[in-house]
Amino acid sequence: MEIRGKTVKFGNDVNTDVIIPGKYLTALDPQELAKHAMEGLDPEFADKASGGVIIVAGGNFGCGSSREQAPIALKHAGVNGVLAESFARIFYRNAINIGLPVLGCPGILDKVDLGDELYVDLANGKVVDLSKNESFQALKLPDFVMEIIGDGGLIEHLKKRLRRDGLL
Amino acid sequence: MNVSEKIFAKASGKDEVSAGDVVEAKVDAVMINEITGPLAVKAFGEIGIKKVWDRKRIVMVLDHEVPADSVKAAELHKIMRGFAKEQRISNFYDVGSGGVCHQVMVEKGHVRPGELIVGADSHTCTYGALGAFATGIGSTETAAVFATGDIWLRVPETIRIDVGGSFQRFVTPKDLMLKIIGQLKADGAIYKALEFAGTAIDEMSVSGRLTLCNMAVEIGAKTAIINPDETTLSYVKNRTDKPFKPLRSDLDSNYERNAKFTVDNLEPQVACPHTVDNVKTVTEVEGTPVDQAFIGSCTNGRIEDLRLVADMIRGKRVKEGVRMLVTPASQEVYLRALQDGLLEEFIKAGAYICNPTCGACFGGHMGLLAPGETCISSSNRNFIGRMGSPEAQIYLASPATVAASAIAGEIADPRRVEM
Repeated sequence: MEIRGKTVKFGNDVNTDVIIPGKYLTALDPQELAKHAMEGLDPEFADKASGGVIIVAGGNFGCGSSREQAPIALKHAGVNGVLAESFARIFYRNAINIGLPVLGCPGILDKVDLGDELYVDLANGKVVDLSKNESFQALKLPDFVMEIIGDGGLIEHLKKRLRRDGLL
Repeated sequence: MNVSEKIFAKASGKDEVSAGDVVEAKVDAVMINEITGPLAVKAFGEIGIKKVWDRKRIVMVLDHEVPADSVKAAELHKIMRGFAKEQRISNFYDVGSGGVCHQVMVEKGHVRPGELIVGADSHTCTYGALGAFATGIGSTETAAVFATGDIWLRVPETIRIDVGGSFQRFVTPKDLMLKIIGQLKADGAIYKALEFAGTAIDEMSVSGRLTLCNMAVEIGAKTAIINPDETTLSYVKNRTDKPFKPLRSDLDSNYERNAKFTVDNLEPQVACPHTVDNVKTVTEVEGTPVDQAFIGSCTNGRIEDLRLVADMIRGKRVKEGVRMLVTPASQEVYLRALQDGLLEEFIKAGAYICNPTCGACFGGHMGLLAPGETCISSSNRNFIGRMGSPEAQIYLASPATVAASAIAGEIADPRRVEM
């Protein structure tokens, strides 16, 4: 599985309240959530992301609440994936479960500039900066996590398992 | 094994597990509220299984926007009611029967020592105060648990935090936790469990332990846990008639590292805008003017907190120009505060009493902030936009410091309030 896009950059400890503030959480429509993605840090983010971007961020990305609306808002705003130095655990699981690719990339904030075009090979954890013609290795996702992503998220993955076991 | 490893071994049917193992574990209970629940209900519908795996192990709570503050919120509540009815989930706490989900979970006896509990809310880690391993998950994952009762989890490394000493008057477990967060930082315990121990923890009430464990997620921890003791058992036995087997860490348990803290001479602590780990002593920030003082949330909205606040404001008035909001964490806390005469004290002092809800803490309703306003809050997060406008400032502190500040009209040291 591969993703591509120009980068937008954020720092450390980007929390779920700035990714999608609590006041919008009554919305069930992903497109409505997407309009307010990253509003706390960049009110114009939804416009910038609409063509398809890759977020590059520092440590502890997605810290704070368990709201799955955070990765949903990013995904539907046009974020193709998030590469961060590290992730907060609930955000990380939520992103994988809804099919937003996330990859831990120690040192990425210094290696990649705003607006660089990236190509990411998720299965092998390979990141290529096409603008700089450089490549580097990210932390590979465990096989069982790749399988969830490959199946298109947790629900499809679970359905496959249940069918295999004759439970569905 | 330490207590967390023992719970993971039990939940995954193994004799032994250790940090780093990924296990398929059976949960003892799963909790949703109306912000995370409707997405879980939708995802459950997509799986195609008709019935949940065990209706008695599911707890549903309406708390974030109760009573419904908008048509959209009312729709979320309706989805929750519909699912509870369809699946015959009797542990459904509608408006008027519960309160803030984490308080409801512990006071209604849904948490027992030795259990593995997941909840679609990040502050699920609160239940570690009762010796359970409890952690937050998302909505889709909750739907999968509804279908199967199990979940993959990585057994975390554990940081043991020993706390000694005795608190000064008007210095509380919240101050200790803010001190720890300020030192360990927001990413200080990502993926790890915290295990609290030591004489200060032994002497701490269940209420204080809940406050401590509640904020573990603010340093990235998967959870916090306290080995169950007599204090735990007497609390839990009063609230459940189901059997349970308390598990405790072995003396030769493995820890990734040990940290030591003392509460002797600990000063009241304040987390300053806009991160929870931006912690200063009250002395460093006293005099900062405040527009709103908020008492409530799953962190500090319990009866012990309200008693402390009442003691501080008895016979005094909230400073003119300051709004003081008191939001009991549950109907049970609310009723007790009524019976004990605390509500009368609050009203006489000029405080405004809100119904049990997450409300202002998560920026939903009941006390949002305007641009340029400052709030001192007993809650758990001070992120940009958390309680309303992204241009508002939020300071986090203990209920005692919030009460002292409401009276003074500026951030104030509770130890100096004349009683």
